[in-house]
Amino acid sequence: MKTLHKTLAATLVSASLMGASGMALAEDRHPETGEMLAEEQVFTYRALDESSSLDPQVVEDVDGSYIVRDLFEGLLNSDEEGNLVPGVAERYESNEDNTVWTFYLREDAKWSDGEPVTAQDFVYAWKRAVDPELASPYAWYMGLMSIENGEAIIAGDVDKSELGVEAIDDYTFRVNLSRSLTYFPQMVTHATTFPSPKWVIEEHGEEWTKPGNLVGNGAFVLTEHVINERLVRERNDLYWDNENNMMDKVVTLVINDENQALNRYDAGELDKTDVPAGQYPRLEKESPDEAHSIPQLCTYYYNFNNDVEPFDDARVRRALSYAIDRDVIVNNVMQGGQFPAYTFTPELTAGFTPPDVAFGEMTQAERDAKAKELLAEAGYGPNNPLDTTILYNTSEGHKKVAIAISAMWKQKLGVNATLENQEWKTFLSTRSDGNFEIARAGWCGDYNEASTFLDLMHSESGYNDANYVSEEYDAMSKEAQMMDDPSSVYTEMEELIAVDMPNAPIYHYTEVMMLKPYVKGWPFGDVQQNVQSKNLYIVEH
Amino acid sequence: MFNYILRRIGVAIPTLLVLATISFYLMYTAPGGPFTSERPLPPEVMANLEAKYGLDKPLYQQLGIYLWNVVTDFDFGPSFRFKDRTVNDLIETGFPVTLTYGFWAFIFAVVIGVSLGAIAAIKHNTAADYAAVSTAIVGQVLPNFVLAPILVLVFVLWLGWLPGGGWQGGQWQYIILPVIALGTSFLASIARITRSSMLEVLNSNYIRTAKAKGMPFRYIIWRHALKPTMLPVVSYLGPAFVGMITGSFIIDSYFATGGIGVHFINGALNRDYSVIMGFTILLGGLTILFNLVVDILYAWIDPKIRY
Repeated sequence: MKTLHKTLAATLVSASLMGASGMALAEDRHPETGEMLAEEQVFTYRALDESSSLDPQVVEDVDGSYIVRDLFEGLLNSDEEGNLVPGVAERYESNEDNTVWTFYLREDAKWSDGEPVTAQDFVYAWKRAVDPELASPYAWYMGLMSIENGEAIIAGDVDKSELGVEAIDDYTFRVNLSRSLTYFPQMVTHATTFPSPKWVIEEHGEEWTKPGNLVGNGAFVLTEHVINERLVRERNDLYWDNENNMMDKVVTLVINDENQALNRYDAGELDKTDVPAGQYPRLEKESPDEAHSIPQLCTYYYNFNNDVEPFDDARVRRALSYAIDRDVIVNNVMQGGQFPAYTFTPELTAGFTPPDVAFGEMTQAERDAKAKELLAEAGYGPNNPLDTTILYNTSEGHKKVAIAISAMWKQKLGVNATLENQEWKTFLSTRSDGNFEIARAGWCGDYNEASTFLDLMHSESGYNDANYVSEEYDAMSKEAQMMDDPSSVYTEMEELIAVDMPNAPIYHYTEVMMLKPYVKGWPFGDVQQNVQSKNLYIVEH
Repeated sequence: MFNYILRRIGVAIPTLLVLATISFYLMYTAPGGPFTSERPLPPEVMANLEAKYGLDKPLYQQLGIYLWNVVTDFDFGPSFRFKDRTVNDLIETGFPVTLTYGFWAFIFAVVIGVSLGAIAAIKHNTAADYAAVSTAIVGQVLPNFVLAPILVLVFVLWLGWLPGGGWQGGQWQYIILPVIALGTSFLASIARITRSSMLEVLNSNYIRTAKAKGMPFRYIIWRHALKPTMLPVVSYLGPAFVGMITGSFIIDSYFATGGIGVHFINGALNRDYSVIMGFTILLGGLTILFNLVVDILYAWIDPKIRY
């Protein structure tokens, strides 16, 4: 018996040694692409600001969510093209009317302290996200997911134990929705839905996200965090897919100044940074293999206040929108590879076919002619010029756009637009109070589906700053919610707002960044830019 | 003297309270709040957040609770923007950083500034004087947001001698550029004040007497001229020292040092109420403290001053 144990032990040791040498071999070349890998697999990038939180249920900013995606893993992940791939859940299914979703979790997923990741961890996290006591600013996202009792719990009317989630067993997680949602799986790649370790949170309380306390289930563990300076995360050996993770260490450096960040990128201190405003054309020319412009699910637009004269007249709104030469804005003002917007929903949104809206099909000259006609019909012309004010938050970029647009209106339509800028928070409260005629706005999709854009114009939406009210639109919105494939209705909704023009879509955003050519695996095809460092690797350079 | 210090501290406490109260009400007059964002929060979520942070209470109660926590627990409250952190955390991690580079910037500015000013005064109307005055003027007119990029261009991008930013626990390579960028304009002011003050002292009667009795010039400078020269310099140094050790928005955001200089302005922009209050009280307290230190130094420098 003793010998058997010894032999077994010897076999295990040699097996693990072989495993180790096998790993070392694999580290020289990428197993799939065969590229030579650099010895140091470290990725250092710039973040504009300190992350809002490392707590998956609390985090609300883009940079912070990226860090959280490295430290935690949700039910599903997205690949380089933005397609859903398994995360903690190996597979999932729904009932016929898409109101009950069941996720089957892998049994080899572990927390970084060695505990298994179970369905109970998801139940705990999701209840936590809607808990009024935690008061997560992202609780609204759980409301959007339409989980049974979600909204009522957030409002404090129902106890959080009543949330429509359950652990059927350790590895089966079930969600009951209050309405049919075909795109529900798209929504669980979001950080708010990641699991959280109850025992750690109960032990450390609000201190649980500090290095040393934090326990995650992602491909990396938190090793260092100096507020406003740096955050370091290193390989988590217990991660279930650790063998496919090439990256050893990821470093976030907080650098507020974008020009200084670019200097440090040039000095070799950073592998990735953002392109400062207006510098993309130069950088693209100088280093075409480093400057990237990635389309985003975001729209830049001007809200017309549909409640006040003369913007209660759709002809005026349409005239002003038509007269904006979006090609000039994109190519001469923004210069970052943005796309002109003629629909509110970006074309790249999954399952969305943009309609050939009339004004998108015209030439600019035709649009200008039509704009003059419409404005004249509404009673404005050389003898009675339209005077208005464009409100925007203080920023060089917004100012440039506003100057260009006001010049276009002045020149083509004789409209006198005054520019008014306000500090960010002041601007937000002025806009939400409705104290504006025309105000800039930007909207990014929360998930890759058109409703995240189109819901905005619903008369009851809290984000409908334009105060657009259309029974027809609301009815279509309701109809779309019931459908398995609502794309045709989405197209009709876009057609309707291209006529009513509650707001003027101007362009669809791109993310412009500098990335060293030796960093591979960046998800250029993912419009949501759900970057996960485990997919990145450094080739020899 | 001891009574004087006690009296000053006694005045400091109500001063800080008045400062905190005024800042608190001013802060609330600014439109928007910590949770206003491009995507307005649903009213229920907003209500939960306000309840969690006590923002649903009347203003005077909020102020009372805040001050009570500061006085009894030295607790400056949670940050609304960095939700995992308290203002105490922000001060604990950031203040040692600004204190370090601020201290060295102070030494840099005082040592070089006083030397330059003294040389200029002693060699009045010579090439050395003009050179020192020109240096001081250049330092004065170059604001740190211009100087910092120039330093980076030269030392980081061209010469490659120093890192372009970061802190790394305060290694010396990371301290040099922030120290020069922050200290230079202070250096220039100190040089100019020292020069004019020393010129005045050198023209005074007792220096003439000392010269007349044949005392060596070097001895006159060290023994008789330097101390009175420092009077106006010291009164400048008190607030300057506070300004340096509490950091600067430009230095912190440009060199990404992680210091507290950014929190004051970002706190205001984010309407991060407890951050604004915490840093106002910290800055106010330090200013009062160093003004007191300056007054004590006065008594030591000038025997005519008695408290």
